[in-house]
Amino acid sequence: MPKQSPFRNLGRLLSGRPASDDKAASTPEEMIFIPGAEPSARLDPWWWLVAAVVAILVLIIVLSPDPYWNILKFVSDGIGITVLLTVVSFVFIILVGLIGGIGRIAKNPVIHLIASLYVEIIRGVPLLVQLIWWYFAAPVAIQAFGKFIHVDAIANYQSNAILLAVVGLVICYGAYMSEIFRAGIESIHKGQMEAARSLGMTYVQSMRYVILPQALRVVLPPVGNEFIMLIKDTSLVSVVAVSDLTRRGREYMAAHFNPIETWTLIALVYLIMTLFSARLIAWLEKRRRYER
Amino acid sequence: MAEPIIHIENVHKHFGRIHALRGVNLDVQVGEVVVILGPSGSGKSTLLRCVNHLEVADSGKIVVDGIPLKTAQNINAVRQEIGIVFQSFNLFPHLTVRDNLTLAQRTVRRRVKEESEKVAMNLLAKVGITEKADCYPAQLSGGQQQRVAIARALAMNPKIMLFDEPTSALDPEMIKEVLDVMLALAKEGMTMLVVSHEMGFARAAATRCIFMDEGQIVEEGPPNTLFTAPRQERTKLFLSKVLQI
Repeated sequence: MPKQSPFRNLGRLLSGRPASDDKAASTPEEMIFIPGAEPSARLDPWWWLVAAVVAILVLIIVLSPDPYWNILKFVSDGIGITVLLTVVSFVFIILVGLIGGIGRIAKNPVIHLIASLYVEIIRGVPLLVQLIWWYFAAPVAIQAFGKFIHVDAIANYQSNAILLAVVGLVICYGAYMSEIFRAGIESIHKGQMEAARSLGMTYVQSMRYVILPQALRVVLPPVGNEFIMLIKDTSLVSVVAVSDLTRRGREYMAAHFNPIETWTLIALVYLIMTLFSARLIAWLEKRRRYER
Repeated sequence: MAEPIIHIENVHKHFGRIHALRGVNLDVQVGEVVVILGPSGSGKSTLLRCVNHLEVADSGKIVVDGIPLKTAQNINAVRQEIGIVFQSFNLFPHLTVRDNLTLAQRTVRRRVKEESEKVAMNLLAKVGITEKADCYPAQLSGGQQQRVAIARALAMNPKIMLFDEPTSALDPEMIKEVLDVMLALAKEGMTMLVVSHEMGFARAAATRCIFMDEGQIVEEGPPNTLFTAPRQERTKLFLSKVLQI
């Protein structure tokens, strides 16, 4: 077979024509064209969207650095807080979801009851109300408890806004994640657990090596969805004294009175974060796919 | 007579209002190949699954290799001695054929990677699919998948092999390759309990055939006697229908 140019597919990629139209497609294998099976389906529309969003952002910053560049500099620490909140919370959300999901399918009635109560109660209360509860009510409750048991360290508890925001996000999202993991585990045929157990593996081993790896692949799309929702929902912590991207935006607007510029820029920053996350998730989904 | 390796005594099992097993008694000696026949819903699969505790008997006594199956603590120890092959293969789809064979060896038997892979490759050679070691189960035909499933069970060095309708989900032309593997295993002296309607296999390999109906053992005997001269009317009726085909 002759050595082929690495660019031989470029024309086809850009035009979307089948391979059989190309001159290079002389070998029989290449005559077969399956629609949609061409490499990465030409230029993904997602790239156009990202390119457009990034272009707009760069353009407005370059064309009018005042106020856009100033806004971006002002809110940059808020971007850091938003990313930190999202990533740290998400790690714990996965853990809570895993424990909650396994709890929901547990045969032990006590564990099942606790997991179900947790999911049902948390799902029924708005996230904003939960965050406010953790920030304003929880410290008071902790201090009262400290006085009750006469431990000064607890009675003088000083709240940490970021910590309480993470706790609020993890507990709320953990409930939704529990349901996703429960559904994922239940979607795996029970013959898999039987096969693993009949080989002498323990329940934990069977879960770890057989059920969860398969369930993880099933739940990746909804888990990714939760991640993107979490990025956006972290904006709610701006009402409980956390200087995230949204709160920094409000501060800038209050000082400079330019709502259109401030909020357009902040919307674009959120959009870029969610678009890249969506791409990361799509890549993970592709990587974890296997024949079945 | 020697101590039986499987001892089943007056076992009952209910699924809701269905009385699936109604007082089954069965002893299996080391090296025996017992084929269980019977119409669907007669409790043959349930009986098989009770032996390695995938189903828990409501009452009665099951002793496997000297261990009574009442205490749940030692169930993993018993299961290590029993291999089971399912109708629907139940291979792990996210692992390659090789990893399907090595997973339990490493996690349960605590064998090191090299040793477990050596065992795996030897067994794959035995069932005749070494070249598929790095494939995923979905890339294999049904017959190949079932042979991998047999090899996976054998990798744990079981003393007993259970087969739950191993050829029922296969295309006709793939049945033989699986039966050949089972036949070879029987010749080696493996203790086998087989739920199957493969009369040819029963004639060639079985030391004993058991006919079950409505949760009870109706009749048992050597395959030739049972197939040619059944004593019970129910057995005759069943065999006349099965052998006609």
